[in-house]
Amino acid sequence: MDLSSINPVLLVASLMVAATPILLAAIGELIVEKAGVLNLGVEGMMIVGAICGFAISVETGSPIVGFVGAAIGGALLSYLFVILTQYALANQVASGLALTLFGLGLSSLLGQGYVGVRPPPTPQLDLPVLSDLPVVGPILFSHDPILYFGILLTAAVWAMLKFTRVGLILRAVGENHDAAHALGYKVVRIRTLAILFGGACAGLGGAYISLIRVPQWTEGMTAGAGWIALALVVFASWKPWRALLGAYLFGGITVMQLNLQAAGVAIPVEYLAMSPYLITILVLVVLSADKSSAPASLGRIFHASN
Amino acid sequence: MKLTTLLTSAVMALGLATSAYAEDKTKVGFVYVGPVGDGGWTFTHDQGRKAVEAEFGDAVETVFVENVAEGPDAERVLTQMALNGADLIFTTSFGFGEATINVASRFPDVKFEHATGYQRADNVSTYSARFYEGRAVQGHIAGSMTESNIIGYIASYPIPEVIRGINSAYLHAKKANPDVEFRIVWVYTWFDPAKEADAAKALIEQGADVILQHTDSTAPHAAAQEAGNVVAFGQASDMSQYAPFPRVSAILDVWAPYYIARTQAVMDGTWESVDTWHGISEGMVGIGEITDAVPAEVKAEALALKEALRTGAYHAFTGPINKQDGSVWLADGEVADDATLAGMTFYIQGIEGEIPN
Repeated sequence: MDLSSINPVLLVASLMVAATPILLAAIGELIVEKAGVLNLGVEGMMIVGAICGFAISVETGSPIVGFVGAAIGGALLSYLFVILTQYALANQVASGLALTLFGLGLSSLLGQGYVGVRPPPTPQLDLPVLSDLPVVGPILFSHDPILYFGILLTAAVWAMLKFTRVGLILRAVGENHDAAHALGYKVVRIRTLAILFGGACAGLGGAYISLIRVPQWTEGMTAGAGWIALALVVFASWKPWRALLGAYLFGGITVMQLNLQAAGVAIPVEYLAMSPYLITILVLVVLSADKSSAPASLGRIFHASN
Repeated sequence: MKLTTLLTSAVMALGLATSAYAEDKTKVGFVYVGPVGDGGWTFTHDQGRKAVEAEFGDAVETVFVENVAEGPDAERVLTQMALNGADLIFTTSFGFGEATINVASRFPDVKFEHATGYQRADNVSTYSARFYEGRAVQGHIAGSMTESNIIGYIASYPIPEVIRGINSAYLHAKKANPDVEFRIVWVYTWFDPAKEADAAKALIEQGADVILQHTDSTAPHAAAQEAGNVVAFGQASDMSQYAPFPRVSAILDVWAPYYIARTQAVMDGTWESVDTWHGISEGMVGIGEITDAVPAEVKAEALALKEALRTGAYHAFTGPINKQDGSVWLADGEVADDATLAGMTFYIQGIEGEIPN
């Protein structure tokens, strides 16, 4: 065993990369659930975002255009969920699961011609002095722009929910859609926008995997990240900063267990492999002991006539 | 009950009818563990399938199913294939072993070939390549090229074939560079680019400047390229899109001649259950072009090693070799026998860590 070979600075830097896809998807889903909609299709929207982003950036040669395309792709797929649950009033759980299955299939189809292709590299932020600072440099100042976008988004969502009128209306719709409707808010319209936002975020998260973290396209490459994001939202008690903490914790342990293995730690590999899931759930369960509960209208179908 | 029986016999009849109909054509099926576009293991098997089609033209019909999960689902896929009238079925992953044996016992007239397996029956052959010969050449280049003396190894599952590869690579890396050290990460997958990329990054962060992989995607190459000064090797297929650097060479799987020969045997009615284990000399294992990123003398040594393995002048496991615990495995000049190699579950001396089980 040689723990000294694990470099804590590089570890933190790479855990941030490993956490970003989950964080993006979780923040999107958090808004959706705050609006009272349970969309289980995160995995599907992520994988569609992954292939849309990959294909578009390969065709245009620009990763940024790819990310925009990924957000649009994720949002388009989520619009299917809008039609099903907000207009056709279908069951949200069933529609969400269908969205995941559909997304996985659709992405395989779209990705036929992109297997084994190399995407254009995403430029890293490279600030002349800051990036060269000894410890802070690699951790804070030498990532790709999307990673910073994820953190900014978390802050923005937190501020929006806590301090703004828009946040208040969103929460009202999620807590009691009948009351919100009686006050004259357009429940369906607000929920539609929330779902589209969630789709766009999930799409970005997926593209982060296919364009930066791996970077390559393969079928089913999100490998369950969407489900982890979904679970994070619940365990984080619908609070943005806790979602960030959970994502970093999960990413951190995922990266850590590989480092421990490489350093020759004599813990059986199977325990190391399951540790990210166990520890993330444990920590967030302890955190969520403050009884903050789910939005009261979560998963309930709204129709103005009821 | 009656309905089920009826349906079963209907399906059986249908299956018989199809096979009768397809009698003029030999139908060859392939079951793959990954997508045909993985750029590695499954890709090379599919190249073999295409070679069979090119060789026999209209006399054969090939079918394949990709992304088949190891385990019960494989049994469903195999049954379906056999019912659809396949005469010969290649199952191309270690984890398809149980399923192949089970389905083969229900379809005695269909011939099965299980890659990298060890269970045989009257209608089940096994075949594999001596990848460890390729690993020896790879290990030599890796040991010669590392400057940090740390070589990272992305291992898939702790089965004899993978362990054999680690041992062979280590043995020859150590010969080229006595200070070399192996860091091994088990990812428990044959193909998961995200996991492979994470593993490669973790190894690079710990100072590895050569990455060897026993997984099938090019994700570790992408990680090596991003790191800038890290060497990688193609696995199963050439992975030449990353040449000349970081990919400096590759272990190639060449299945086409074997697939053609076995299909011919089925056509001629001479097919028998055999255990095939071919290496560099038969051409089932190839070494991908060694690029100019490798120093000329290292390249020459590597090619000489390959030649010695080809002619049989040298065996990749030649004593003296001790096991990890220091006990003697092979005495000076002794050569490993195939049975020990086939069931290898121990590291050789010098490798740190334990094999998970």
